[in-house]
Amino acid sequence: MNTTSNAARSNEATEAKVVVKNLYKVFGNKPDVAMQMLYDGKHKDEVLRQTGQVVGVLDASFEINKGEIFVLMGLSGSGKSTLIRLLNRLIEPSAGSVIVDGEDVAKMSTDKLLNLRRKDMSMVFQSFALLPHRTVVENAAFGLEIAGVDVKERERRAMEVLEQVGLHTFAKHMPSQLSGGMQQRVGLARALTVNPSLMLMDEAFSALDPLRRTEMQDVLMKLQQEQKRTIVFVSHDLDEALRIGNRICIMEGGRVVQVGTSDDILQRPADEYVKAFFNGVDTNKYLTAKDVAQKEQVTIFERPDDLANGFSAALERMRIYDRVYAFVLDEQHKVLGVVSAESLMACANKSGAKLRDAILPDKTAIPSNMPLNEVMKKVVEYACPLPVIDENGEYIGAITKTVLLRKLCKEKLA
Amino acid sequence: MSYKLPIGNWVAAGVDWLEHNDHGLFDKIGKIIDASTGAIESGLAFIPFWLLAAIFIGIGFWRLGWKFALFCAASFLLIDNMGFANQTVVTLALIFSATLISLALGIPFGIWAGRNDRAEAVIRPILDFMQTMPAFVYLIPAAMFFGLGRVPGVIATVIFAMPPVVRLTSLGIRQVNKEQVEAGIAFGCTPTQLLLKVQIPSAMANLFAGINQTIMMALSMVIIASMVGAGGLGNDVLSSISRLDIGLGFESGLGVVLLAIMLDRITESFGVKRKVN
Repeated sequence: MNTTSNAARSNEATEAKVVVKNLYKVFGNKPDVAMQMLYDGKHKDEVLRQTGQVVGVLDASFEINKGEIFVLMGLSGSGKSTLIRLLNRLIEPSAGSVIVDGEDVAKMSTDKLLNLRRKDMSMVFQSFALLPHRTVVENAAFGLEIAGVDVKERERRAMEVLEQVGLHTFAKHMPSQLSGGMQQRVGLARALTVNPSLMLMDEAFSALDPLRRTEMQDVLMKLQQEQKRTIVFVSHDLDEALRIGNRICIMEGGRVVQVGTSDDILQRPADEYVKAFFNGVDTNKYLTAKDVAQKEQVTIFERPDDLANGFSAALERMRIYDRVYAFVLDEQHKVLGVVSAESLMACANKSGAKLRDAILPDKTAIPSNMPLNEVMKKVVEYACPLPVIDENGEYIGAITKTVLLRKLCKEKLA
Repeated sequence: MSYKLPIGNWVAAGVDWLEHNDHGLFDKIGKIIDASTGAIESGLAFIPFWLLAAIFIGIGFWRLGWKFALFCAASFLLIDNMGFANQTVVTLALIFSATLISLALGIPFGIWAGRNDRAEAVIRPILDFMQTMPAFVYLIPAAMFFGLGRVPGVIATVIFAMPPVVRLTSLGIRQVNKEQVEAGIAFGCTPTQLLLKVQIPSAMANLFAGINQTIMMALSMVIIASMVGAGGLGNDVLSSISRLDIGLGFESGLGVVLLAIMLDRITESFGVKRKVN
């Protein structure tokens, strides 16, 4: 994270998009009795035992900043799906306020609420919730149709959004003809077509297989780069929360336990529950080769026109830097392979030998996005430092055992 | 333990009271039903029998393919050959009018029951009553109120045939995916928009199953309704019974069966088409 984007974010952060204050939801036929008991400081289990009322959300207070992805996280039954539905009043709050852009949704008149839902707030669902009797484009245009936009205009705008999510060629298909991932793209398109400033996503990618899930997360991040919206994202998946969330809100038993950035929460968990939640997180999964790679190794450029072949220069540089291994790059910085002092000397004595001939067999480069736990296996397997390359095959650094251990110790200490 | 609740007396007294104090209400209802059924019947009678057959064959071909079209053709030839052409038209008219009334009442009630738990709680036992109370029990009072003829026949048929469409409409609305309904609300639907754009379209398969069942129930009932003079194929069934004419009984019964199969498959095909999604 560079400093400029931090500054930009903190400027935006001065403005809250959503302010949730002392929000409660009690399910049952006697919410007033239950509310009184809660105000009197009774535990929600006691409320359930005495009145049979189920407390879904208990005194939730937090702010959601403009333009951020705010992830509501918790196990099933923690109240996160209830909480997100209180934001657009799919579920009526029992007490408290939900202030969106300065207006309290909880006290809003029906007309105003309908208008808010039509113009400024939309939702993506776990089961996609597409209308099966409508085509993809009709589904995507649904929000505008409800708002009374005429057919031509709404389908034009739906097509634009479908193009953004890469589905414009499927506009005339029925949802049932699409795969799960594609159906959720339609769900996303439907939510985007009304051009909302606030998007609610309830376990939006949870029904997808892991591959599609990451793909959809990438689609969302790309859309978010193009146009910053405020997104409330419910998830039970830590991976997902850490990957896309600017801030994370951890819920347990209807309570908000902690709100913070992923670093905050990982490094300063508010209580044992949060700590236990993150115990299972394997940080090595979130670090990839490029996070660890260092440019401390000797690199030698192979120059086709170089008559001397550069053997002695290479050996000399390795001696200066006290290295046993070096990497051979071509002029485009593409990694050709790993050489050792030994293999270089062996070739230097042969007439007509080139740098290429000194390259050690089996020493492959590591792609920059390889997770750290796989990198570890490779580093243990080969004695030499391993070059890390980007998607174009260009050199971006190297990983040695020392570098890796240093990084891992830091992670564990943190 | 000898006291018996005089339920029967109450009902009899109630019916008696209604008969003398309805201020012509039943007359009016009777006239409306008689006029509409008569209009449908004369409308159908106006269509030549071969054209009616052609319409069935055409729809059969469109919805179910040439094999079913062939079956329709054979059925109509057989019905005509057995000499039931006119009766079949009358029976169809009775079914149509009873079904139309059943749907016009039943679908709104079904929607209401589907969206409102209290309405469902009240409507369900009434439906049970309508479906299981033996038809003859209300056929007789109906004839008392409306006189003999097709009107009590249609009314008895409506009572018997309406429950399935109410039940299945309600079921269909209740079975709409919860998140689909939430999506409708989340995008700002008013209750009417939610009903028309989300709930009813999603409940279509069930709705058509209900319509199909209602038509089938109506068919079985209009035969019984011939006892109060509703006419149609039922008359032949009835006279075959009274004369112990087994041959005529089988022939008229076969006519009913053929008509039932055609109506069932055709109406069913409309529902199945929508189930694909």
